[in-house]
Amino acid sequence: MAARTIVITSGKGGVGKTTTTANLAVELAKIGMKVVAIDADIGLRNLDVVMGLENRVVYTLVDVIEGTCKLNQALVRDKRVENLYLLPAAQTRTKDAVTSDQMRDVCLMLRDDFDFILIDSPAGIESGFRNAAIPAQEALVVTTPDVSSVRDADRIIGLLESMEKQSIALVINRLSPKMVKRGDMLDISDVIDILSVNLIGIVPEDEAVITSTNKGEPLALEATSPAAKAFSNLARRILGEKVPFNELDYLNNKGFLGRIKKILGI
Amino acid sequence: MAFFWDKWFGKGKTKDAAKERLQLVLIHDRTDLAPELLDRLRGELIKVICNYLEVDDEHIELGLEREDRTVALVANIPVKNVKRQFQTRK
Repeated sequence: MAARTIVITSGKGGVGKTTTTANLAVELAKIGMKVVAIDADIGLRNLDVVMGLENRVVYTLVDVIEGTCKLNQALVRDKRVENLYLLPAAQTRTKDAVTSDQMRDVCLMLRDDFDFILIDSPAGIESGFRNAAIPAQEALVVTTPDVSSVRDADRIIGLLESMEKQSIALVINRLSPKMVKRGDMLDISDVIDILSVNLIGIVPEDEAVITSTNKGEPLALEATSPAAKAFSNLARRILGEKVPFNELDYLNNKGFLGRIKKILGI
Repeated sequence: MAFFWDKWFGKGKTKDAAKERLQLVLIHDRTDLAPELLDRLRGELIKVICNYLEVDDEHIELGLEREDRTVALVANIPVKNVKRQFQTRK
């Protein structure tokens, strides 16, 4: 049962790596996988707060590496979902508190006990990113459909390719179907044309992301909003299922025409 | 100028400007990061050209030049001699 180790990275900050990691972890666990999510953003940790587990953090990744505690003492078990664990980052240290060999060792320790190890990478291309990416065989690159993010995603993809990852796949986050329709936002095919990488997820802009983070309850826990459905599709694709990219279709059923369609059952 | 204004900023079609700018900027980003790309291209170009023309290897200039909204591969290749047809068939 050697785990699949996936790094979730982007280059650009603020595009949704942590949100994606948290929700993907919950979705995979709901399906029945045993999942550990590792926060590799030492010094600026957020995976704990996005997952709503911040009050349960006692030991961190750095404590494990420095031998202050055993690995299973640092793992926070999520009480809401079976088989979901968090390995938090240290908040009072910096990215040089850990080497890539140490990160690799921690992941090796986890490999036999889990189906998935998801590593939430920090932004950037320096050691924080490298430490997060080195232990992983697979990578998810998260980008938003704008010039800055896509440019940075291109750089990150180049770096991941030079690290010879087995698979690199793209998640396009915060798509606004209205803006795409108006021609004011890059659409999915634009981004894929530019980056030339496999698409594995599209997540629409959704206020529920913010409200769920406010409450510390990842969207995936109740799974009805458009973004929640998108994360569910992402998890299924990661497991090899061929799920059509219909994440934006929910808009076709809104408004007057949408209500008529619903009444008529079409 | 007015033509470009309408094309890129009128009627909400800003995403075309975004796409084009991204493609251009990435050509530069990718080749800046991989100077070997231009070196290998240069090497192969010289090989092919040498089948037809005798060129001055030392003084070949090769680079990407950006003008307005396009990027072009520009080469300056000093030619010393044109090879005879029968020589290339040997």
